[in-house]
Amino acid sequence: MNLLEIKNLKMDFGKNADALRAIDDVSFAIGTGETVCLVGESGCGKSVTALSIARLVPTPPANYVGGEIWLNGRDVLKMSARELQQIRGGVVSYVFQDPGASLNPVFRVGNQIKESLKLHRPEKANDAEVIRLLKLVGIPAPESRIRNYPFEMSGGMQQRVMIAMALASEPKLLVADEPTTALDVTIQAQILDLLSELKQRLGMAILLITHNLGIVGDMADRVAVMYAGQIVELAPAKELLRRPLHPYAKALMNSVPKLHGDADRLSAIPGNVPRIGNFPKGCRFYPRCPSARPECADTMPELVEVEPNRWVRCLYAKELTK
Amino acid sequence: METATPIPVADAKIPLSPWQLFWQRLKRRRIAMAGGIILIVLYTVALLAGFIAPYHYEHLDTKYSFHPPVWPRLQGLHLVVPRYVESTNVFSYHLVPNDTKPVHFFVHGDKYKLLGFIPASIHLFGSGDSDYPVYLFGADQFGRDVFSRLLYGSQISLSIGVIGILLSFVFGMIIGGISGYFSGVTDTVIMRFCELIMSVPALYLIISLRGTFPPGMSSAQVYAMIVIILSFIGWAGMARVIRGMTLSLREQQFVLAARAAGATPIRIITRHILPNTFSYVIVAATLSVPYYILGEVVLSFLGVGIQEPSASWGNMLTAAQNTEYLRNFPWLLAPGAAIFVTVLAFNFLGDGLRDAADTKSL
Repeated sequence: MNLLEIKNLKMDFGKNADALRAIDDVSFAIGTGETVCLVGESGCGKSVTALSIARLVPTPPANYVGGEIWLNGRDVLKMSARELQQIRGGVVSYVFQDPGASLNPVFRVGNQIKESLKLHRPEKANDAEVIRLLKLVGIPAPESRIRNYPFEMSGGMQQRVMIAMALASEPKLLVADEPTTALDVTIQAQILDLLSELKQRLGMAILLITHNLGIVGDMADRVAVMYAGQIVELAPAKELLRRPLHPYAKALMNSVPKLHGDADRLSAIPGNVPRIGNFPKGCRFYPRCPSARPECADTMPELVEVEPNRWVRCLYAKELTK
Repeated sequence: METATPIPVADAKIPLSPWQLFWQRLKRRRIAMAGGIILIVLYTVALLAGFIAPYHYEHLDTKYSFHPPVWPRLQGLHLVVPRYVESTNVFSYHLVPNDTKPVHFFVHGDKYKLLGFIPASIHLFGSGDSDYPVYLFGADQFGRDVFSRLLYGSQISLSIGVIGILLSFVFGMIIGGISGYFSGVTDTVIMRFCELIMSVPALYLIISLRGTFPPGMSSAQVYAMIVIILSFIGWAGMARVIRGMTLSLREQQFVLAARAAGATPIRIITRHILPNTFSYVIVAATLSVPYYILGEVVLSFLGVGIQEPSASWGNMLTAAQNTEYLRNFPWLLAPGAAIFVTVLAFNFLGDGLRDAADTKSL
């Protein structure tokens, strides 16, 4: 039994005629202690998928049309408000992109971590535990830091506090939604090291959302590549980086700047992501695909397992493996 | 050998909290601090009214109707009060030369209850002789000491503002927070109700609401009624502003983070959203206290507020309605001056708080 299993999730924004399908038929699973990366361009539905795990997308405007989200053996989409509050933080914790905005500006950080403890481990809601957590995430002099306000800390420190807060409830799954985008490169590396170290020590699973493929190579066990609300390729990280199969995944790899080689221009994917609600009838990547064929315009491909543990959404998936 | 003098540095380990920064900025505003100090003095005096006032508010002496103000003066080493006797024509007094009585401190006088529960009869000052009254601000038509009644009246007039603000702001913040956080139908219903309350002319609403209460209520009951009526009208405006602030605050990522940590909506509103509105609320509260004080004054002035013989600044001013009285006995306007000073002090303090809460100001 996987820790998280999302099956054919479909979500609309808006209702009836105005409904825009933001998530279309997304399925993937995360095993206990596994790190899965969700990659894709802005607006492809990565964050919405991640927030859906604890049903955090506000409804309305969002609307779950179909699918199941099995978290720790229970379907999140069928939970009551009270049950949701228990799994939020209790089973799955979140770390968001901008740590400065994720901390409440009017409270000392120690109290904010304590708040998280009060909700899920009330018996441990004391300074000693807060200090232990701050030590765990590598904050020096935690005894005095607990009295800091968020604005008195640097971005990297703030993100460490956010991680401490997420860990306070001892979750099974940590969802990190672009945790390093707002930080500079050296701090980025530190935070990622911290996450992998904590994963080892605490044995929790991580769902890491990023659009930085460099991070994928360092962190992920498996990768799901999303495009326009769908997963187009799902593969072990090393395999995907070495040999991407889906044309979009390939194009994405080619867009990564390389230190070696003699290319003077960075290759980019031609065209733009289709607007939500204005997707092509067939394959969504077809208008930009270098190897598109006429059939691609009309037929929506399915996500199929082309090799063991490798899933690709392309009409010509079999040919791609050759 | 010379030792380097250590450079004084602020303790880096304990940085200033937002409140300390706020206090530092406030201290620099002289007028606001003056307003604050005046208010502290006024509230302390109100708290100790029974002790500081030389007479009880019900103490009357009909032979001294409209007695002019008597101020102790220094004679040798003693403070003494002169004696006045009534002239042939009514309500006119003249000084009796060379007839004085020393003023004593901590004298026995009328019984009162200090802080409302400690029975006492020691007064800060007094002559101890009813023939030599110490009427600092003169006497009213029943021969009651205006100064003493002013102090007792301040207990009502000053507390009504604070209690009223507390009630209406707590109520307004919770309702506004709920309205803004849940939005949708809840928001629409609550806000239309607020607008309904705000669209009714306040004074008519007050007077008609007051009309629904039975006559012959005790002063304490009337006091509670006035507070409730004023708060009932006051919460709507607060709720509307807080709702607006909540609408913007709930989109902040820390609210999402709190939701992701499993916090309930009520917890998010009270623990995460409302504390972010405090700097506004404190300023708004200080600036609105005067409206509550004036509200009580208006009601009492119209005769539907605090009833005689209890004293409030409003019902004391009722005596000053008559122009002839005003011309002949201007000291009856003392409560007006007290209201003026209080309202001004609140406004000065509120202005300073607003500037201090604005982090962009210096």
